[in-house]
Order: sequence, then C-alpha cells, then structure tokens
Amino acid sequence: MQHTRTQDTLVGLFVASGIAGLFFLSLQVSNLSSFSQHDGYMITARFENAGGLKVKSPVSAAGVKIGQVSNIHFDTKTYEAVVTMNIDPKYNTLPDDTTASIFTAGLLGEQYVNLEPGGSESYLKDKGKIDITQPAIILEKALGQFLFKSAEEKSE
Amino acid sequence: MINNLENLGKQTRSSFTKLGRGSFFLLQAVSGTLSVLPRPRLLLNQLYSVGVLSFLIITISGLFVGMVLGLQGYYTLSAFGAEESLGVMVATSLVRELGPVVSALLFAGRAGSALTAEIGLMKATEQLSGMEMMAVDPIKRIISPRLLAGLLAMPLLAGLFSAVGIIGGELVGSGLLGLDEGAYWSQMQAKLDFQDDIVNGMIKSIVFGFVTTWIALFEGYDAIPTSEGVSRATTRTVVNSAFSILGLDFILTALMFGEH
Repeated sequence: MQHTRTQDTLVGLFVASGIAGLFFLSLQVSNLSSFSQHDGYMITARFENAGGLKVKSPVSAAGVKIGQVSNIHFDTKTYEAVVTMNIDPKYNTLPDDTTASIFTAGLLGEQYVNLEPGGSESYLKDKGKIDITQPAIILEKALGQFLFKSAEEKSE
Repeated sequence: MINNLENLGKQTRSSFTKLGRGSFFLLQAVSGTLSVLPRPRLLLNQLYSVGVLSFLIITISGLFVGMVLGLQGYYTLSAFGAEESLGVMVATSLVRELGPVVSALLFAGRAGSALTAEIGLMKATEQLSGMEMMAVDPIKRIISPRLLAGLLAMPLLAGLFSAVGIIGGELVGSGLLGLDEGAYWSQMQAKLDFQDDIVNGMIKSIVFGFVTTWIALFEGYDAIPTSEGVSRATTRTVVNSAFSILGLDFILTALMFGEH
C-alpha cells in the first residue's frame, strides 16, 4: 500500500508540474495575460501610406502600448490605407481630434501607430474615426528626395 | 534478376502488411481506451513509468538546451546590437520547435524503448497468450493504458521542457552575460502569441506523443518472440520514432507557420 501511495504522489507531482509549466508558458511567456483582442473598442484611421504596418502591430500613446492594429485594407475609392485599431477599454478618454501617425521603433525596428491626443472635450467611441493622420515615413523616398535636392544644389 | 524482383516484391508486400497490422492494432488500442476509464489505476501506473521516470531527463535537458540557446543567441545577436531580442529568440525556438521535437526524441529514447522491450518480453515469455487464455484482452489491459499515458504525458513533458529552457536562457542571459532581465521577458511577451506559438507547439507535442507511443507499442507487440527479436524491435522503435518525429515536424511546421 505504501508503494502505491508514493507512486500516486509522484504522478500527481508530475502532472501538477506539467500543468504549471503550461500555465507558465501561456501567462508568462505569451501575450495572453496582457491584452486580449475581444474586449477592446475599435477606431479607424485613414493613412496616405501605411508603410510596413502589420496586423498586431502595437498602438501606443505617449510611448505606452494601449492597443493593437486589428485590420489593414486598401480603400479603392480614396486610394488610402484604412487601418482599424483595437484599443484597450481602460483607455476610453482619447479626444476625437487625436492625431495618428506611423512611426518606426528604432532605426530598423517594427512600425507602430502613435496616437497624439488633441484638446477636444468629446472622446472617441467604438467605431470612431481619426481624421488627422500622418503617413509612414518611407526611408527610400526620404533618402531619394535628399539626394535629389543635394544634386540640384550642386549644379546651381 | 528474377530473384531480385522477387525480393523487391516480398519486401513491398511485407512492409504493406506491417502498415496494415499497425493500423489495425492502433484501431483496437484506441477502441480499448474507453475500458481504461473505469480502472484509473492502470493508467496511473503507466503514467508513472512513462511520465515521472522521464521527468528528470526532460527537465535537465531542457535547462541545458535553453542555456546553450541563450549563449549562442547572445553571441549572434550582439553582432547586430540586438541582444534585447534574446528572449524572443530563445522562447520562439523552444516553444515552436525544440520543445516538442527534442522532448519527443528523448521520450522515444527513454520511454518508447522501455515500452517496446517490456511488451516484447511479455510476448516472448508468453504472458500475452496467457492473458488471452484467461479471457483477458491484452490490448485492453496492456496496450490501451500505455497509449493513453503516452498521449497525456507528452504535452506535459514538452511544456516543462520549454518552460525550463526559457528559464535557463534567462539565467545565462541576465545572470552570466549581464543582459537586462526586463527586456528579456517583455520582448518575449510582446512577440509570442498564445494561439500561434503556444497552442501550435502543444498540438505538435500531442501528435508526437501519439505517434511515438503507437510505434513503441506496435513494435513490441509485433516483435519476433526471441531475445534477438526484442532487441531488434527496440532499435526499430527508436529509429522509426526519430524519423517520424522529424518528418512530421516538417509537415506540421509547414501547415502551422506557413502563412506568416
């Protein structure tokens, strides 16, 4: 009897530690605990150019992550990129004249949406739209313009 | 010429019949799992020999694999000035690939070979025939609990392997190489997705556990009942399991992570 009881305890210990490992993976390692997609509210912004923005790219305000990009599509009428963002419901006091711009984290880092709150008294609601946007800075384009300009200055 | 052709035909036929026997065996074993439920003691004993006894080798290997990944990753990433991404690298490679694959290979070596030898020896000493004489179905009594135990133990072991490995990478990264601990965890949490990475890794390990246990049990059950036959069956178990794990891993990876 003693033998089977220690065996039971060991099996219990094994199963418990295995489940603890799985819990550790899902809560500590992945993004499950931080923010889930389903309970946020949606806002959309139209950009001239979405650059390298991707679904699940972070949305931040003042450097703090407050949501993520949930959808990007191309508007065939206005030829703009329509970016849908999912914002954590904790942050429901964004003014409706908020500016959205696409920045790059670091020189080669991933792109993210930065929200700059304006001064309006009324807040953005679910399915709200951001009117003032600033497109992504395309490095090649900026570099091309810079080179073109310096060549022009030289020839003058 | 004719002899060669005859040999080829013979081999093809025997490998097909083996595949057929294996599938039929699996069918019987799976249908027998229901009769394990009223007798959890059978499952518990097997969970002990398959899971608990593999616990130590899995955790220690996981720790060392994670530590090596931390070291190698650090040297490679620091060439690009991206040491901060060490956590992402260690965790992604462990959760997606190394956790399920390496723990399945170790599982095949540690538990699979033992299963084959045990069942092969039962067959060689005519214990299985003896059971049939007593109207006890050896599939239900011997095989099904072991299959269920392998299926349950494998994802737990793979999860442990990955978790311990990630902690090992952190020990090396922040303890030995002076990397920022916060960056290790926060970058990891930002980049790893529950559905894409953790769940897919678990699915992989369940598939590997199933295939490895099936191969081990079938090779034992199908072994030639002599000491040499049992030893050959044990070798075949380890070799075939390794092949199936690595081959299936390629297929599963292509299916799961193909779109990204």
